[in-house]
Amino acid sequence: MAKNSIKVSANVADTVRPTIAGADRRPGWHVLRRIVGQVTTPLLPDDYLKLANPLWSARELRGRVVEVRRETSDSATLVIKPGWGFSFDYQPGQYVGIGVLIDGRWRWRSYSLTSTPEASTTGARTISITVKAMPEGFLSTHLVDGLRPGTVVRLAAPQGNFVMPEPAPATVLFVTAGSGITPVMSMLRTLVRRDQITDIVHIHSAPTESDVMFGPELATLHDEHPGYRLLVRSTRTEGRLDLSQIGDVVPDWRERQAWACGPEGMLNDAERVWTAAGVVENLHLERFAVSRAAPHGAGGTVTFERSGKEIAVDGATPLMDAGERVGIQMPFGCRMGICQSCVVGLVDGHVRDLRTGVEHDPGTRIQTCVSAASGDCVLDV
Amino acid sequence: MAVTDVPAFAHLTDADVENLALELDAIRQDIEDSRGERDARYIRRTIAAQRALDVAGRVMLAASSKRSAWWAGTITLGVAKIIENMEIGHNVMHGQWDWMNDPEIHSSSWEWDMSGASKHWRFTHNFMHHKYTNILGMDDDVGYGVIRVTRDAKWKPFNLYGNLLFNTLLAIGFEWGVGLQHLELGKIFKGRDNRNATLIRMREFGVKAGHQLAKDYVVWPALTSLSPGATFKSTLKANAVANVIRNVWANAVIFCGHFPDGAEKFTKTDMVGESKGQWYLRQMLGSANFDNGPALAFMSGNLCHQIEHHLFPDLPSNRYAEIAVRVRALCDKYDLPYTTGPFLVQYAKTWRTIAKLSLPDRFLKDTADNAPETRSERMFTELDGYGVTDPATGRRRGLKTAIATVRGWRPR
Repeated sequence: MAKNSIKVSANVADTVRPTIAGADRRPGWHVLRRIVGQVTTPLLPDDYLKLANPLWSARELRGRVVEVRRETSDSATLVIKPGWGFSFDYQPGQYVGIGVLIDGRWRWRSYSLTSTPEASTTGARTISITVKAMPEGFLSTHLVDGLRPGTVVRLAAPQGNFVMPEPAPATVLFVTAGSGITPVMSMLRTLVRRDQITDIVHIHSAPTESDVMFGPELATLHDEHPGYRLLVRSTRTEGRLDLSQIGDVVPDWRERQAWACGPEGMLNDAERVWTAAGVVENLHLERFAVSRAAPHGAGGTVTFERSGKEIAVDGATPLMDAGERVGIQMPFGCRMGICQSCVVGLVDGHVRDLRTGVEHDPGTRIQTCVSAASGDCVLDV
Repeated sequence: MAVTDVPAFAHLTDADVENLALELDAIRQDIEDSRGERDARYIRRTIAAQRALDVAGRVMLAASSKRSAWWAGTITLGVAKIIENMEIGHNVMHGQWDWMNDPEIHSSSWEWDMSGASKHWRFTHNFMHHKYTNILGMDDDVGYGVIRVTRDAKWKPFNLYGNLLFNTLLAIGFEWGVGLQHLELGKIFKGRDNRNATLIRMREFGVKAGHQLAKDYVVWPALTSLSPGATFKSTLKANAVANVIRNVWANAVIFCGHFPDGAEKFTKTDMVGESKGQWYLRQMLGSANFDNGPALAFMSGNLCHQIEHHLFPDLPSNRYAEIAVRVRALCDKYDLPYTTGPFLVQYAKTWRTIAKLSLPDRFLKDTADNAPETRSERMFTELDGYGVTDPATGRRRGLKTAIATVRGWRPR
């Protein structure tokens, strides 16, 4: 390739400018930041201030773990004090992304918030998540067993549609299993604060009584609020809950607004039962399914988010080639993995480095010239 | 006439080159597998220390009317800028720390403290210079279009005064040379550019350079002039000198990487169908190290390990020293030269070459096939029996021995 044509057709990815969390909510502070930014350019004032206190930066949402509280033998609640830029106006039931530093790398996962946004109005400027250690999930195990108070974590803004509206519906049904209780816990705590516990039935499944997260709190709730009825099912002795027989336990389940969260199988059952009864619009689901990379060399469908174009490719085709094949102006440079001109965000799914076989998780930035799809993936191009 | 066939020049067979590539890949794999908390802590602490130094220098200049404070502040700020540009900015933009998955220390988001835009640098340096290293007509870092650094370039009358003059000016204003490189001023004047692309690049450069100029020459001088111990002018001068200190140093380190004697130049024919092994080989032969202690290594952004950096531009800089031990052993095994020397000697050699090449070829003793700054496989036409293992000693007789042999023939 002649030098002239390379230079004229150059298409280097723009440098990603820092985003300021909460800039729109605090315009005054943001103006000040921009003025002081003239002094600190090309950095932001936050880049210096965070050296004094890691929470004094709105460039990336951060938080400090202030307490790690055991819930059951394999779960723990992390109480986190967020830093600058975090908004406490989240809705009960939403989840938050949390990034933890392990062996020098930031690893990200999402967990349901178990705290209530109502508490922040009365001074408690913290959030909490509750994590169950999964046998195969080394991050969840680290969060439950390895995290010390004082640790600084990264946060992503709360999101999700599995939420309790304000005001709450008159009659409610919660169907939860295992750690699926976590988003519902935020809802229950919020309803208590709002004094909206009118008529709630809660069916929760766990292997044994001692595996029930928040057991004492739920029991107290059950005792103090006549409107809250808790039915715990110990699946090890009683077997799994059969949702097609739910009418035996909750005769008026069709009339209730229902929130279900738990294993994939349970959610699929719920969807089928509610659909069959013609009341699927009353059912709200939260799926925790972790997307996993496809087996090595599998390829997948690549979606280019900005243009909406798609292409199915094998596990050996660089994503850059895939994009160019469907006519997208991909940022490019050396095409051999050394120049970082082609780095773009991996929005969803996994990709594999063709040189080393290393898998990259969603939320990271990747070199498209030396990465191939590992299952379906979405790129920010 | 510069190297046209890298394996032939290196006295290596295709199998040798392939094996060399495998051994270098193994080094990369070992480093990638062992990156971890220790490395992450190193870059985070370096960044924190650099920012503290930067603030310290700026604060000292609040007393810049006093000569001692002026010098202390100026040198501190100059050092802070050197560290930011070299050990941090240059290396972060190479993606050396992307594995940490930290959006704030990432090649795609780093903007450095100098007039050029990171985006342009990633093109001219990471791509053009690192992929086409020392290929005449491809890698613009070979002379930056104004300096004759190899006799492969045709002598032009302006070289007579221009070589030393432009080399001096480039050293003093290096950040501007780097910043303007992607704008291709030469092409603009000749009307051979793509106007739309040029306008976009000019705007990107203008925004970046504008902020930098305002910071160093308006905002900080104005701020410190509020202090009774400083004037607008005293701080402005200090900032200008700090920038020049950084420019001269960065320029010296970079010139030591590719222009001392022994760093080869290549022709475009090399890159036709170039294999990974040949690319590695070209990187090794086209780069030069300089001897270092920890301080010099740190202040050069670990570019004292230029050879290792060119082999593995995206491996963390703090690991180059241990990589160097293994690369050196490979050079011994394949009898390849490993160009290095004391910093001042290497730097002096670049000036010597540039001074010499001000003159037309008829005043030069050596031909472009066998000169200190460039060679080609033609220098070995009269040499036989190399590229094989010496039956007597069991050692390979390769490029290093061949060069020494040919040099021995030269009339002194």
